[in-house]
Amino acid sequence: MPDLVATPGQTIGPFFHYALPFDRDRELVPPGRPDAVRLHGTVYDGAGKPIPDALLEIRQADATGQVPAVEGSLRRDGTVFTGWGRCAVDSVGRYSFTTVVPGPSSPGGAAFYAVTVFARGLLNRLFTRAYIPGDADALEADPLLAGLDPEARDGLVAVREEDGSLRFDVHLQGGRETVFLAFPRHA
Amino acid sequence: MMSNLDSQEVVSKEIADLHAGAEGETQPRLDFAPYRSSLLRHPTKDLRHADPEGAELVAPVFGHSDIDPVEADLTIQAGGEPIGERIVVRGRVLDGDGRPVRGQLVEIWQANAAGRYIHKGDQHPAPIDRHFTGVGRCLTGDDGSYAFTTIKPGPYPWRNHHNAWRPAHIHFSLFGTEFTQRMITQMYFPGDPLFALDPIYQAITDQKARDRLVATYDHDLSEHEWLLGYRWDIVLTGTHGTWMEADDA
Ligand SMILES: [Fe+2]
Repeated sequence: MPDLVATPGQTIGPFFHYALPFDRDRELVPPGRPDAVRLHGTVYDGAGKPIPDALLEIRQADATGQVPAVEGSLRRDGTVFTGWGRCAVDSVGRYSFTTVVPGPSSPGGAAFYAVTVFARGLLNRLFTRAYIPGDADALEADPLLAGLDPEARDGLVAVREEDGSLRFDVHLQGGRETVFLAFPRHA
Repeated sequence: MMSNLDSQEVVSKEIADLHAGAEGETQPRLDFAPYRSSLLRHPTKDLRHADPEGAELVAPVFGHSDIDPVEADLTIQAGGEPIGERIVVRGRVLDGDGRPVRGQLVEIWQANAAGRYIHKGDQHPAPIDRHFTGVGRCLTGDDGSYAFTTIKPGPYPWRNHHNAWRPAHIHFSLFGTEFTQRMITQMYFPGDPLFALDPIYQAITDQKARDRLVATYDHDLSEHEWLLGYRWDIVLTGTHGTWMEADDA
């Protein structure tokens, strides 16, 4: 059967705030959990200015590398890990998820958060990855990272902050432009 | 009042120039200067090709614990009948191989009949309808079908250029069976005179692709003395399960 042609995307526009965010949308695990980590950062435009009207979603495995396929994201009860979260940035472009550090999807692989970015002014969603820092061998061997120049590669690896949190900034454009992804069959 | 915004004529000329060199594109350009807000918000480098793995191959799952069936009816959420033309929008969510996307979340948001959003950033001096929030959610059925009962949204002005108006639209947020299929788009209504003037709609440079965002009026969906029916099917990108098996073979 021939492929169907995908429906075009469009910008999320400026007026999503009363529709898409929901209670505890960014809390994949409750903030108090001992293994909770904060994944946070700022979304910037091509002039280096924070974007106040972007929305990020993350999709991830649990600490063992299993990707949960369970309901319960929209009405979180604090006990079920669904592996998906949503966060609208604040007025100075910052987002913050409370979650766990994902394990790699295959032994020895590099673990990452799958990230999708929406914004007013951005005509279609963008995909990227926030890799977990620390396992140098795994990062070195990752097929995507291996093909990037060092600066672009560094932009895809989250930074471990002094407080233990992970920082991952998104640059839609400019000298530090984030590497965004096209998957096969996206054409 | 004097305005330093470009005229529609200037923007329409830019759109025509960008369309002149284009053919067969199926998705919007990210770099589309007539939409002024895109200038500093589009990546300048090509997207990097990656093989999806792990979490990218599994969409989040939603179920009946996540949403209430009444969330699919935007005319009964706020304690009274909203003003406007009552409609139903019905269709199917399919993947790139034509398979229905079952039991998956569809979210919508829209302006009211006067073209006003319930959003503190919407300063358009049109009336708020206290009986209309403009937000809906549902889960697709086994055949990928979704349906929302709502009010036909009005067009609204924006500040992209002088006298800029968005064609009436409903924002749609969609998931497939893989996270790689995640998408957000806008559904339009047939015959809107604002289509040619709108740089967001026209960022899709191919007419056939633009048509895919336009619902069709379907008289069989209309209900006697009650509402008008629109049909709009959505096709997501293809999944990779079979693709990767084929790759290994
Ligand atoms: Fe809108």
